[in-house]
Amino acid sequence: MARARKTTSAAPPAAMPREPLFTGRDWDFDLLDRVYGAIGAIADSELKLDIYPNQIEVITSEQMLDAYASTGMPLFYKHWSFGKHFVRNETLYRKGWQGLAYEIVINSSPCIVYIMEENSATMQTLVLAHAAFGHNHFFKNNYCFKQWTDATSILDYLAFAKNYVAACEDRYGQENVEQILDAAHALMSHGVHRYPGKHALDLKSEQRRLEERQAFAEQHFSDLWRTLPKTASRRKRDGEDERRRQMLGLPEENILYFLEKNAPRLAPWQRELIRIVRQIAQYFYPQRQTKVMNEGCATFTHYRLMTRLHEAGQITDGAYLEFLHSHTSVVFQPEYDDPRYSGINPYALGFAMMEDIERIALAPTPEDRAFFPDFAGCGDAYGVLRDAWANYRDESFLLQFLSPAVIRKQKLFRLIDDAEDEEIVVASIHDERGYKAVRRSLSRQFDVGRQDPDIQVADVDLAGDRKLILHHNVVDGVTLDGKDAAKVLHHLANLWGYDVKLLEIEDGATIAAHDGSPSRAFR
Amino acid sequence: MHIIDRRRDPGGKSLANRQRFMRRARALVKQAVREASGARKIREIDGGGAVTIPADDVHEPSFHAGRDGGMRDYVLPGNKKFVAGDRIQRPKQGQGSGSEGSPDGEGEDGFRFVLSRDEFLDLFLEDLELPNLAKRQVLGDAVEKRHPAGFRTSGSPASLSVGRTMRRSLSRRIALKRPNPAELDKMRRELGDLERDGDTSGRIAVLKAEIERQERRARVIPFIDPVDLRYRRIEVTPEPIARAAMFCLMDVSASMDEHMKDLAKRFFSLLYLFLTRRYRQVEIVFIRHTHEAKEVDEETFFHSRESGGTVISSALIEMAKIVKQRFPADQWNIYAAQASDGDNLSSDNARSVALLRETILPMSQYYAYLQVGRGDFDREDGVFARQETTLWRAYQELVRPNLPMAMRKVNDRRDIYPVFRELFERRDEPAEAR
Repeated sequence: MARARKTTSAAPPAAMPREPLFTGRDWDFDLLDRVYGAIGAIADSELKLDIYPNQIEVITSEQMLDAYASTGMPLFYKHWSFGKHFVRNETLYRKGWQGLAYEIVINSSPCIVYIMEENSATMQTLVLAHAAFGHNHFFKNNYCFKQWTDATSILDYLAFAKNYVAACEDRYGQENVEQILDAAHALMSHGVHRYPGKHALDLKSEQRRLEERQAFAEQHFSDLWRTLPKTASRRKRDGEDERRRQMLGLPEENILYFLEKNAPRLAPWQRELIRIVRQIAQYFYPQRQTKVMNEGCATFTHYRLMTRLHEAGQITDGAYLEFLHSHTSVVFQPEYDDPRYSGINPYALGFAMMEDIERIALAPTPEDRAFFPDFAGCGDAYGVLRDAWANYRDESFLLQFLSPAVIRKQKLFRLIDDAEDEEIVVASIHDERGYKAVRRSLSRQFDVGRQDPDIQVADVDLAGDRKLILHHNVVDGVTLDGKDAAKVLHHLANLWGYDVKLLEIEDGATIAAHDGSPSRAFR
Repeated sequence: MHIIDRRRDPGGKSLANRQRFMRRARALVKQAVREASGARKIREIDGGGAVTIPADDVHEPSFHAGRDGGMRDYVLPGNKKFVAGDRIQRPKQGQGSGSEGSPDGEGEDGFRFVLSRDEFLDLFLEDLELPNLAKRQVLGDAVEKRHPAGFRTSGSPASLSVGRTMRRSLSRRIALKRPNPAELDKMRRELGDLERDGDTSGRIAVLKAEIERQERRARVIPFIDPVDLRYRRIEVTPEPIARAAMFCLMDVSASMDEHMKDLAKRFFSLLYLFLTRRYRQVEIVFIRHTHEAKEVDEETFFHSRESGGTVISSALIEMAKIVKQRFPADQWNIYAAQASDGDNLSSDNARSVALLRETILPMSQYYAYLQVGRGDFDREDGVFARQETTLWRAYQELVRPNLPMAMRKVNDRRDIYPVFRELFERRDEPAEAR
C-alpha cells in the first residue's frame, strides 16, 4: 500500500484513485475500447512499448477451434493434416479434457488478436494486455522477427498461397497436390534458412568496407606470411567434385530450398507449392526460437499492466483476484517428478527471468553485481528488458540473463544421460559450482539449431544414378528416429525423383545410414 | 485499434480439412466404426461419438532424434535431494522422467477423435443398399419441379427467349446477305452528293439500281422471321417423394423371452436407421401378436407381455388391413420385418404362407423374417441337433430368388449387425461386375 502511495506522488495525474472500468463479468465493445485505452496509457508512459496497430477480433469457441487447426492463421490452404489437428482438438475440447486458449495473436501488421466471447471482462482485460501489448511489442521489436518475417505482407501471402493451392487442385487434382504437400510438410523443419543470405551492398558500405580492408592490410601486412602452402594441387584433384557442389550450391541445409531449385523432375507448380510450404516454415521459424522470450514478455507485460490498473483502482479487488488465479495457473511450473510435468513451462521461465531482471536492475545483491555487471543496479529496468526483448532469442537470452536467483528458485538441476553408462549422472545442481553449467545446458535445450537434427544435402551423384546424398552431423551420438527418418526419406525421394541416402556421421565416421527410393515420383 | 465482431461469420472453416482427413483415414475409420458399433448399445448407434484409429497411418513424419542412444544433457526443475555427482538408476522405460514426450504431444499408439452422427452412419451403413428402392410414389399436389429443358419453336410470348431469337435472326440475316442499314445510308449519302455535284459518269444510275436492289432485299428478308423465334422450354416433372412405411411384426407370446425381444429390437432399430437414411419420411407401425394381432405403440410393443397362443396370420391380416387403410401401396414403400421364435400354431402355417404370397409380398418392397433363438448354443451343438421350426420350413419353401423376401436366424446380439449387413449388402450383377 505504501508503495502505491509513493507512486502516486511520483506520477501525480495518472494514479489518482479512479472509478473501476467495470464491475461485473459482462463486457461490451464500448468497455473493450475503454480498457484498451487505459492499458494503452500505462503501456505507453511506463513500459514505453512500441506496437503495431491492433485489430481485435471477437470470435466464438467454434471459431477458436477452427483457428487452432490452421496454426492460428485466419486463412490457410487446405490439407488433411489440419483436419487431423482439428478433430483432435475438438475431441479434447468436447470431452472437457482441454480448455481453449483465451486468445490467439498473429504476427502481422495490423496485429490481429482473437479474443473469445466467453471470456469475462477481467479476462478480456488480461488478454488485451497480454496479446495486444505484450506479444505485439515483441513481434515488432525482436530481431528474429524483424529479420525473417514481414508482418505487413503475411496475410496477403497466405491468401495467395490458399488460392494457388486451390487452383492447383482444380487443375492437377486434389490427390496430386496432397502428395506434394505431404512430402513438403515432412521436410518442413528442414525448410528454413538459418542464416540470412548476402545482400547486395550499396556503394556507401562498399566504400567503407574497402577502407576497412585497406586499413587492415596496412597494419597487418607481412611478407613473411607467404609460407602458406599452395592449394593448387589439391584443388586440381578435387576440382571436379568441388565444381559440381558449387554449382548446386552444396552443402545446403535448407532441403526444401534445394529441392525447389534443383530437383530435376518437378513441374513448375510443384516447385511453387514447395516454396509456399518453405515460406510458411520460415515465417514460423522465429516463433520456435523465442518461445520463452515471447511468452515471458507477454506475461510480464500483462502482469505489470494489470497490477497498475488495480493500484489505480481501475479494476476491482475481485477482478484482480480473478486475474491472479488465471495468472498463477499460467506460470505454474510442475516439478520434474510431478505427474503434471511435461517439460519446462516457457511462460513460467520467461516470467521468472524477466521479473528477476527487473529486481537486479533496481535492487541487486552482490551476487547479481558479480553476474551482471552491465546492468545490476542501473535503475532502468524497462530499458534493460526492452533491450533484451529486441536483441535476443531464447538460447542467447538464457545464456545471458538466467540468474542464480532464478536457478535457485526453480531448483534447476542438470542430468547427463549417457547410453553407455548404467546410470544417469546428476552433473550439476543449483549451487555455486553448478550455475554456469546449468545455464549453458538449459540454453542449449532451447536452441532450435540443436533441437532439429543438423541435416544437409551433401552431394549428388551426377555421373551415376543421380542419387542424392545427405549428411546428418550427429552430436553426442544421438541418431535419428529410424522409422520416421525412413518415411521422410521416402517423401524426399519422391520429390527428388531418384534414390536418396542419408548418412549419419559423427567425427568423420558413418555410424548409420538410411535409404529411400521413390515409389511414385512426381513428374 | 479497432474491434471486429467475427461471431456472425460463417463457421465451419475447418470442415473441408476435416473431410479431407476423413477421406484419408476412411478405411481405418470404417474398421473402427464397425468395432465401436459392436460395443455400443443399439440406441446409441446413431449418436456418432469417439472412435480410435491407429495413429500410424495418419502420422506426419519428420526428421527428429531417436529416443535412445547417445549422450543427452538436460535440465529439470524441482530438485529435492540430489547433489552434483549423484548417480540415479535409469528409469525402466525409455528416457523416463527426462523425456520430453513426442514433439506434438501425440500419442504413438492411437488417435482418438469424435465423429459426427452423419459421418458415423455413413461409414456404418456404407455399401448397404435397400432392395427395390425404385418404387417411389408420386404424390399429386405441390410437388412439381420446373426446370429448363432447352428451347422450342412455339410458346407463349412470355417465354420468348430474346437472346436465342436474336442470335438466330442475326445468323440468318448474315447468311442471306440482308443489307446493313448503315451501308444503305452510306450509298444514299453518296447518291445525294453525286446528284448535288451533277455527276455525269453514270455512277448515279448504278447507285440507284443498287439501292433499289438492296431495299427490296431488306423488305424481302425480314429483320426477325417467324423461323427465328425460340421459346424457353420449361419441363415440369413431378417430384418423386420417397417415403416408406416400416412394419414391425413380433410374436409376444410367452415363449418369447426378453433376450429374444432384445434381438428383435436391435434388428428393428437397424432397419429403421437404415430406412431413415434412404427415405425422407419413414413411418413405423408396430404390430404385436399372440393368437390375435394388435397395433400398439413402441413402449407396449417391446415391454408388455401377453399370454396366448401364436397365430402369425393374424398379424399379417392386421398389416394388410393397415396398409389398405393408411399406407396405400401405390403411394408408400412398404417394408416389413417379422421377428419370431418360430413357434406357430401348426395349422396356421399354410395360411400364413398363402397370405404372404398373395397379399403381403406383392405390395411390399422387402420382407425380412428374423428367427430369434435363445442364445444358448449348447443345445444346438448337442447330439440332437435342433430341428428347424415348422414356420421356418414353411417360409423356406416360399422363398424364391425373385421374391423380395429374406430370412435369417439370429442367436446372439453380436450376430445382428452381420446378419443385417448380409441382408442389405449391395449386390452387383455378376455381368456388371465383369
